[in-house]
Amino acid sequence: MSVSVQAEDFDANQELDKLTAGRTDIGALVSFTGLVRDSHQGVDISDMTLEYYPGMTEKALADIVAQAQSRWPIQGVRVIHRYGRLLPGERIVFVAVTASHRGEAFLACEFIMDYLKTSAPFWKKEGTAEGGQWVDARESDEQARQRWS
Amino acid sequence: MTVQVLYFAALREALGCAGEEIALPSEVDTVGQLRQYLATREPSWQPLAAMKNLRMAINQGMASPDARVRDGDEVAFFPPVTGG
Repeated sequence: MSVSVQAEDFDANQELDKLTAGRTDIGALVSFTGLVRDSHQGVDISDMTLEYYPGMTEKALADIVAQAQSRWPIQGVRVIHRYGRLLPGERIVFVAVTASHRGEAFLACEFIMDYLKTSAPFWKKEGTAEGGQWVDARESDEQARQRWS
Repeated sequence: MTVQVLYFAALREALGCAGEEIALPSEVDTVGQLRQYLATREPSWQPLAAMKNLRMAINQGMASPDARVRDGDEVAFFPPVTGG
């Protein structure tokens, strides 16, 4: 289990290789990568700045991973989330899960993302023609989280 | 009793303050009461009272308004999160 909160970009392929290197007991490897889009609800986005809470953000992510591990028989988990100023097309977040079988790998990966979206302390500010706009939390994200209860 | 208070994101911008060390008045027991105390010091602190769905954390764990605040605690106030 490994969680990183960092400004630097990451290489998703390298991260996947690290999770399976030297292992012959893994049957499934599932990953998600979140990227910055160039528009949001019809408004052009020039950049996105992510703020976080040093200390609490890492704890919250580790707690989410621990919950996934207690719910499903998964093997490895890797979570990376960037902060700072990002441009459209750049990678923001990466979640990868290994398991014996695909069922738990898919479920754990989706669970981790749904919980990360609603409880990890990050805040996004989008650059628009009207200036910087803080993104509002979405009801749909909260509903996605509640599916898991 | 002193606590460290941190503000994040849109709240931090509205207040013009990222954090402060506060000597807690004896009548402030909970983080909800702390919010009220901080927000009513001066008109410029009004956004702390006005922010909808404000979240609170004590020692880097989410807290409800009736959670107790103690000497040496780190308290944070912030809008609902939008990561991922």
